[in-house]
Amino acid sequence: MIYDVVILGGGPAGLSAAVEAKKDGAENVLILERDRELGGILNQCIHNGFGLHTFNEELTGPEYAERYIHQVTDLGIPYLLNTMVLDLTDNGDLKTIHVINEEDGYTVIQSKAVILTMGCRERTSGAIGIPGYRPSGVFTAGTVQRYINMEGYMPGKEVVILGSGDIGLIMARRMTLEGAHVNAVCELMPYSNGLVRNIVQCLDDYDIPLKLSHTITFIHGKDRIEGVSVSQVDEKMKVIPGTEEYIPCDTLLLSVGLIPENEITRTAGVEMDDRTNGSVVGELRQTSIPGIFACGNVVHVHDLVDFVSEEAVLAGKGAAKYVKGTLDTNVTFTTVNGNGISYVVPQQVAMKNVEENVTFYMRVRQVFKDRVVNAYIGDQLVATKKEKKLLPAEMVNFKIAKDVLAQYPAGEIRFVVEEAKK
Amino acid sequence: MYDIAIIGAGIAGSYIARELSRYKLDIVLLDGENDVGNQITMANSAIVHAGFDAPAYKLKGKFNAVGNIMYGKICDDLDVPFKRCGSLVVAHDEFEMATIHDLYKNGLKNGVPGLKILFKEEVHAMEPNLSEDICGALYAPTAGIVSPFELCAHVAENAIDNGVTLKLNHMVTAINKVDDYFNITTADENIDAKLVINAAGLYADDVYEMVGEPYFKLLARKGNYFIFDKEAGSLVNSVIFPCPSKNGKGILVSPTVHGNLLIGPDASPVDKGDVSTTGEQLDYIKANALKNCPALPFKKIIRSYAGLRNTPVADTFTTTDGDFILEESPVKGFINVAGYESPGLTSIPAVAHYVVEEIVKPLIPNIESNPNFNPKVRPHLRFEELSDEERADIIKKDPKYGKVICRCETITEGEILDVIHRNAGARTVKSVKKRCRAGMGRCQGGFCSPRVVEILARELNCSLDEIMYDQQDSTYILSGQTKSAKEEA
Repeated sequence: MIYDVVILGGGPAGLSAAVEAKKDGAENVLILERDRELGGILNQCIHNGFGLHTFNEELTGPEYAERYIHQVTDLGIPYLLNTMVLDLTDNGDLKTIHVINEEDGYTVIQSKAVILTMGCRERTSGAIGIPGYRPSGVFTAGTVQRYINMEGYMPGKEVVILGSGDIGLIMARRMTLEGAHVNAVCELMPYSNGLVRNIVQCLDDYDIPLKLSHTITFIHGKDRIEGVSVSQVDEKMKVIPGTEEYIPCDTLLLSVGLIPENEITRTAGVEMDDRTNGSVVGELRQTSIPGIFACGNVVHVHDLVDFVSEEAVLAGKGAAKYVKGTLDTNVTFTTVNGNGISYVVPQQVAMKNVEENVTFYMRVRQVFKDRVVNAYIGDQLVATKKEKKLLPAEMVNFKIAKDVLAQYPAGEIRFVVEEAKK
Repeated sequence: MYDIAIIGAGIAGSYIARELSRYKLDIVLLDGENDVGNQITMANSAIVHAGFDAPAYKLKGKFNAVGNIMYGKICDDLDVPFKRCGSLVVAHDEFEMATIHDLYKNGLKNGVPGLKILFKEEVHAMEPNLSEDICGALYAPTAGIVSPFELCAHVAENAIDNGVTLKLNHMVTAINKVDDYFNITTADENIDAKLVINAAGLYADDVYEMVGEPYFKLLARKGNYFIFDKEAGSLVNSVIFPCPSKNGKGILVSPTVHGNLLIGPDASPVDKGDVSTTGEQLDYIKANALKNCPALPFKKIIRSYAGLRNTPVADTFTTTDGDFILEESPVKGFINVAGYESPGLTSIPAVAHYVVEEIVKPLIPNIESNPNFNPKVRPHLRFEELSDEERADIIKKDPKYGKVICRCETITEGEILDVIHRNAGARTVKSVKKRCRAGMGRCQGGFCSPRVVEILARELNCSLDEIMYDQQDSTYILSGQTKSAKEEA
């Protein structure tokens, strides 16, 4: 059997994309999931705060996932669990997906379109090369989240957290509620890398100190971690001598960034963006290979699942259009990261596929106060978005109406952070 | 009463045990650690050196090239990943070229095959990513890269297959010579043996001092390393050494046998057991590696670690001269295999043969061959290396091979179960990682370590919080159940 759309990953992006593709007329849709259940990382996110944008209510991760899983089952979309994709190749009209699982063994699946929704992984202590020993008790925050919320086991009692990413903040609260003592959250940057609401609800409410411009300079303990040396850093992020402080702990959590999981994407030959570590995508999340789409954290790391689901709807639409032969491939605009902007997604827009507007997701490079984000085509200002405060941790959603863009024939859309005109 | 007790289950002790198992002998292999090959064998450059460095008059010069040639067969017998990728010692100026010529001549004396001095163009044709400043190199086609963990685990396994007894967590604290045998004290039990082979790595001097007057002293010299993601694995095709100095072979850039890239090591004297990495030294490695390989993508680093060399101190004790110490000590029946630093890994097949045939055998009258000796281990199936058809077949036979546990390295549950259930099998998360690479990839066990803990707990029939990362008791991963889990229970 040849599928219309096969989706690699049954997390929030994959579920939403599958639902949309099916609704938009793709008949044979299949979800491949490597874990033992659908829902992806949401299953271990038992805190609430999910779904405010999508459902106007606060849901837990599993509840949020459940809503989409229901839609998937209601629409009769089949899925395979405990199934690992080993390889994806593009043979023009058909994509070939090599998968394994215990029941069916080694299987080769063919599909007209593929949506990549593999999500992301955590940056590790190895990647940031903290000096010191390599004892037990050093974890990424997400791994600990799994141990605590899914396996029911605590990793330790005296905790230090490096990095103020959202998972780390959430785990600071979670471990405190489980009776552990969180000594400090150290953040290398002079600003937090998590959402403001998480700083307030997970640290401030529990009197957990957030040490900005601080890093860990040594891991002590040969067998199990016994403590960390923490030092202040200057504006160039160099350690300031003499500021070192020893904090005893039996657990170190890292929440120092997320990296899109694009190994399959790269092997398949999809064009990548160095800034996002994801593929270059169009307005319907089409990649450089016709018929391959990508959405969610595998394209760029989102801070709210609601926007993952929103983006996945675009990919679902795109894949369905592609299968029906109605997807336009002529790129009208490309986006450019101007001053203050670290990335913009999508990187390309084919205007014929746009319905009412295009939402550009972007992140700023540093903290800005009272600035605007401006969009230019040539030297024409086409749209403006005012923000009281721009934080690298908080994604900017910049919607531009189709009518506005349609006034320009083609070219580059350049996004820039600028002083607000008074 | 054992015929022979070997102290230290690193590559030296394990390999000698395996060579001794060719004979009908009662052999016990003791180690203080919770796994074989868990110290020096675990953290090094993983290189099978060609053998042109050490002078021919030294044991290092005598055994290196011979050991190298034996690697193809032993890695075949023991099912260990090994690749003869060749090595280049690169020169940046005419002074270094003079050193290259000296190494070439020394290599010929040591019997290193295929050595060739390359011109600049030839070097860059072979290795396009090396610095333009490099003006020539010594090429050694026999140099190779190996997985030292898998080698040591399989050597120990093969020794056990052939009758050797392995006792881990048996730290030797005292040795008494009693008449014509030795009484060895460990935390758990006392062990009697007629002969003792001291292969205690960095602690071989301390162990020897339990029975004899010191005549050598070992100095720990630390080397820091970085490992890069497989995406950077093909930056070089062969092992790239700078010109050697009095401090050693210098900062090398090398592919690993599993397709990653490795750079390191520095060499700084430290206290024994200090395997901490230091920021300064890590920076030093980066700077020096860049001199030969300017395109190193430091963003692709996935791990840094440090290992120790056990260097015999030459200036206080005239007997060593920085060479291997392979001899029956002044204490009769007590054999030292000490100062066993680089090129120890490469030399071990030849050294073990020498220790057994030239040192041990003369001490045991009427030694008989073990008629059941089997030099091969049961092959360890590596899913990633299989063809599509082989993959389909193996999953049909054993569905556990259809379940990927480590996504980054594509390691299946079948492979993890295999390394747990072999002789000298894995008992800890780290020992699983060392044997089959689950957790060795770019996410460093972020996704798979909870699954590995779960599999270990199931197979060893214990609870999750009883599973250790490494050492017994002191390296717990989980401290206990959560409040909510306790309430549910």
